[in-house]
Amino acid sequence: MRFAKIPDDFFPWLKYDGSLRQIGIIQLKLVLMREKIFIHTGQFCAAANEAPSGREDKPMKEPVVKIENISFKYDEQEGYALKDLSLQVYDGEWLAIVGHNGSGKSTLAKLMNGLQYPLEGTIEICGIRLNKETVWETRKLVGMVFQSPDNQFVGTTVQDDVAFGLENNGVPRGEMVKRVIASLEKVHMEKFLDQEPHHLSGGQKQRVAIAGVLALQPKIIILDEATSMLDPRGREEVLETIRELKGTNQLTVISITHDLEEAAKADRIIVMNRGRLYKEGTPEEIFQMDEELVELGLDIPFSVKISKKLREKGIPLDKFYLSEEELVAQLWTSHSSK
Amino acid sequence: MMGKFIIGRYVPADSLLHRMDPRSKLILIFLFVCIVFVANNPVTYGILLLYTFVMAFLSKVPLRFILGGLKPVLWLIVFTFILHLFLTKDGALLFEWGWFEVYEGGVRQGTFISLRFFLLILMTSLLTLTTTPIEITDGLEVLLGPLKKINFPVHELALMMSISLRFIPTLMQETDKIMKAQTARGVDFSSGPLKTRIQAIIPLLVPLFISSFKRAEELAVAMEARGYRGGEGRTKYRQLKWTGLDTVMMLAFVVVTVTLFILRT
Repeated sequence: MRFAKIPDDFFPWLKYDGSLRQIGIIQLKLVLMREKIFIHTGQFCAAANEAPSGREDKPMKEPVVKIENISFKYDEQEGYALKDLSLQVYDGEWLAIVGHNGSGKSTLAKLMNGLQYPLEGTIEICGIRLNKETVWETRKLVGMVFQSPDNQFVGTTVQDDVAFGLENNGVPRGEMVKRVIASLEKVHMEKFLDQEPHHLSGGQKQRVAIAGVLALQPKIIILDEATSMLDPRGREEVLETIRELKGTNQLTVISITHDLEEAAKADRIIVMNRGRLYKEGTPEEIFQMDEELVELGLDIPFSVKISKKLREKGIPLDKFYLSEEELVAQLWTSHSSK
Repeated sequence: MMGKFIIGRYVPADSLLHRMDPRSKLILIFLFVCIVFVANNPVTYGILLLYTFVMAFLSKVPLRFILGGLKPVLWLIVFTFILHLFLTKDGALLFEWGWFEVYEGGVRQGTFISLRFFLLILMTSLLTLTTTPIEITDGLEVLLGPLKKINFPVHELALMMSISLRFIPTLMQETDKIMKAQTARGVDFSSGPLKTRIQAIIPLLVPLFISSFKRAEELAVAMEARGYRGGEGRTKYRQLKWTGLDTVMMLAFVVVTVTLFILRT
């Protein structure tokens, strides 16, 4: 979900006097803004009791992607799109790569899939060094979902599209049918087998694209701005699907995005600026950067902005909250727990 | 404009013709086009007409719908008839009016040729009415398969066709969107003299072309990322099944052909 920048005088009436009523009003305002009205207060508590999923057990496993000192320049451009970049992606983690337009994040995605080759430096995918000879091998390990839902839909129907990658890799037909059905089930699109793309919503098309990637049974899935052309509902649909898959398939997810709300849900964030790695850390660490992020052309999530504002107004919040549910739960329970 | 025109349109239904393998349908149409020229007297034309109508009946597409859809072509058929009526000067003179002369041979020739025309169009529209474009593409890919030996890009052509088919609705939606956007900016697409209307199309075509090229580029990258590297070593997901029905239809056609050869003069 995207919000306009909050003007400084957004809560002009707010002089916090510690009354419950005021907190209630803030809550209501927050919740209404999300266009989600919680009818039952129990939901707040439920959200509060839930452990922030999977963020604790930080995967300290083997790197599945190992990038060392790569540089890249497009032929028609003067400057480097990527300059001396090194990073590692670990097995089973959700890594978000954020940056403004032209920061090199999409180029990085293309390099990881062998759609472009670095001028200097090396890329290793699951121990295989990526070059022109190994590119078809590594592409089977790295699936990619692109930005435009329409321009990556190759087949005339849903099942044809999912089968496209399998056909390319010469998978026998019997196996193909099984895998098409199985991967469509994983993204909950199995009821749309014979549907044509123009009858599907953007979110559904992206889920089909994900199914197409899953059918190839990759280790890593790269989402290259995969949700940026979707409406809020489609975006949530796609992210929910990815979250589900990550749990069951031991997938490593690399999401390239400029949407910090999406990035807030990742295990780790890498901030890119002008083709270089600017900063790396957990979402909490990254959002501490605050104004620095805005200077880099990124927009801080709404809940972080609000928690900052509330803290300035003297409301005791112990950190910047990354999701609105967490913030609402904190506000809701702050008085009663003391 | 496209409302009634049926050539190239698909009508979903569950009929014998719908269930046939696109390969056998394509072969049948090809052979039918050949044997139409075998007929040369009323009996043989009668047989062809009967065969065609039986096929139309088997397609379960209402005959009225088919014939209604052929109306735009009717003018061509009538024109052919008139041309032959006046230009063939064979047999007995039937009547004369000024310098118009109508001969028996003219009527005969005109009827036969326009009937031939009618049968060809009817049969080919039956093919598209009962076969989805993608099935036709698959059928053609298999049937043209042998041409690969002489380096004819069969797979590439089939892929091109299927991608075009897939993008037609997308581009239609896009055209609609651009039209609305330009209308909002004051472009008038629907009135004025022909010249201004043609000029009005330019602000429609330019963005459409630009976005199509962008689409093509992105599609190519997406295809490559999913492991596409030409037709070599590729397996097929869509499968064509030759059933007993196709064999029966073929045999029926053979019988018709043999009868035609026996009865022609």
